[in-house]
Amino acid sequence: MSNTLKNGWSTPAAIALPKEGYFKKEDGRYGPVFPQTPANYGFTVIVKVKPGREDAIREYGKTIEDAVKGSPNVLAPLKLHYLRWVLFDVGSGLHFMYQGIFDTDFDKYMEDAIALFNSTGVTTVFVNLEGFPDDWRTNINAVVKFFREHQCPSFLEYGEYPYVSADEIKKALKLKDAFSAMLDQMQ
Amino acid sequence: MLELEDVQHYLLTRPHATIAQYNFISFKNAESGCKWVNDIAEIVGTVKTVMAASETDMRWVSLAFTFNGLRKLGVDETSLATFPEPFRQGMAARAQMLGDTGINHPDNWEDNITSEDLHAVIILFARDKEERERCIKKHDEYLKDNPGVETLSSLLIEAVPPYDYVHEHFGYRDRLTTPVIEGLGIEPTPGSHPSSKAGEFFLGYPDETGIIPLQPQPEILSKNGSFLAYRKMREHVGAFREFLKANGKTVEEQELVAAKLMGRWRKTGAPLVLCPDKDDRELGFDDKKNNSFDYEKMDPHGYACPIGSHIRRMNVRDSGVSRIMNRRLIIRRGGTYGPYLPEDADDDGANRGIAVFAGCADLSRQFEFLISVWANDPGFEELNEKDPFAGSINGAFEMTIPKRPIKKKVKGLNAFTTVTGGAYFFLPGIKALKYLASLK
Repeated sequence: MSNTLKNGWSTPAAIALPKEGYFKKEDGRYGPVFPQTPANYGFTVIVKVKPGREDAIREYGKTIEDAVKGSPNVLAPLKLHYLRWVLFDVGSGLHFMYQGIFDTDFDKYMEDAIALFNSTGVTTVFVNLEGFPDDWRTNINAVVKFFREHQCPSFLEYGEYPYVSADEIKKALKLKDAFSAMLDQMQ
Repeated sequence: MLELEDVQHYLLTRPHATIAQYNFISFKNAESGCKWVNDIAEIVGTVKTVMAASETDMRWVSLAFTFNGLRKLGVDETSLATFPEPFRQGMAARAQMLGDTGINHPDNWEDNITSEDLHAVIILFARDKEERERCIKKHDEYLKDNPGVETLSSLLIEAVPPYDYVHEHFGYRDRLTTPVIEGLGIEPTPGSHPSSKAGEFFLGYPDETGIIPLQPQPEILSKNGSFLAYRKMREHVGAFREFLKANGKTVEEQELVAAKLMGRWRKTGAPLVLCPDKDDRELGFDDKKNNSFDYEKMDPHGYACPIGSHIRRMNVRDSGVSRIMNRRLIIRRGGTYGPYLPEDADDDGANRGIAVFAGCADLSRQFEFLISVWANDPGFEELNEKDPFAGSINGAFEMTIPKRPIKKKVKGLNAFTTVTGGAYFFLPGIKALKYLASLK
């Protein structure tokens, strides 16, 4: 990515973000665009869980595990680095935190993401959350609105190897493997 | 089943026209506007009539409206509020997101297209020049009797030589891929997208999700309608030819560079994935073969068809990039304007390019996604580039061509294209036209 070339991946970088999560308001198709940071693009969605739904949500961990096992590239269009799903209760009821780090502006691919969630059965986990739109199957705008309303922008992000994409990391590891194989042949 | 007797023919049929004209129209008041719609609606062709057209048909007319146009005709505010936001705002208001900045900014657009007084477009196709002139003269005379309607600007659309294949000013063969709609008796060619549900392009029908999405109200106004995204792009033919010369020593090399930008050979449309080294005329003109390819399996690294080439960006064909290609389709209509620049001539600085309407049911999900993401997102597949033709490029242009042992960068001093116009329109069904005409 251009930022990698400009700043160098080998210099760790941190960025402090304003409360809104962006420096300058730039409208995307669904609302303000959140900028790329040294930790790439990402979101942190935190939503209260409907009473009695904890086990149902935990079950979905297995659903995703199986989906990826069955078809390792199932989430490829999302250009993900990591997903983290966390359930916690700090005294105000059970909350679900969905944190993702990826290499595309999420808004740009929002419809793709929702279609993927639908096809892998992920979307139905969100039905256990308070405020998730009843017409989620048909009303993409309502789903986007839900995610945006529950997004908590970071006020600090850090990257040990800033702005590097998952594809670049995979290419570097493939190169390393290829060199190892080459050196084996030289023995 | 699509109501073919109520849908305007524009997005579904290609009349045997050689020439067209777009007239951009303004209404001074509702009475004049409604009268004009009423009078013109009589001659608007439906899919049914144009499909059954005889060889003697000479002209075809289509009508579409801006948001301001619907308001001016008297559509009430409650109904107007049910139209989707991109249409309500208009294309110019969404320039930043679409990438229309710098030289491509709406402040520089032509034909009064950003005027608040732009209310409608009348699209005329004619069999020949004489018929076009007759029709335009007749319309001009009609406007004398209805002075509340005026023409803000006009654009003449005409094919450029050589006439043996459809192409734009750079010489690229066009119309090789177009979505096919279920139930119309047309089978997609091998390798093309499966037939689309009518609701992807026409309001009031189930789309690919299987349901009928929420539609603008009242239903009589929205049913059988489509949204049109109008885009005028100036083509800098001199800059393009200089680019080819700077990046290719021989004519053959230049032709290969041209093909690498597009992903297809210029004169035949033969896809690089299937014939990477040499043009293949027979393949290009064989509809059973010229879309019968993918990237993921056949050319994953882009050695044949660069990942940044126009067709690979705008129609990704690759489930690793998108799982919902069937929801990103548009029906393109339009052609070239401006004089032909002969092969051996220096650039004369004349204004020439393409003026295209993209038809869809959802401007944001379909048209705006294609332009803002696949054409203009530098992050697309890590390339740090924009689409060589559909991208809004300010200044120097660069594209990566994957090549062994190392990739090659082709560079140009200037972009080949500049966005010089754009607007969103609503193309209503026939009953809707009559409804609009009856508002006053």
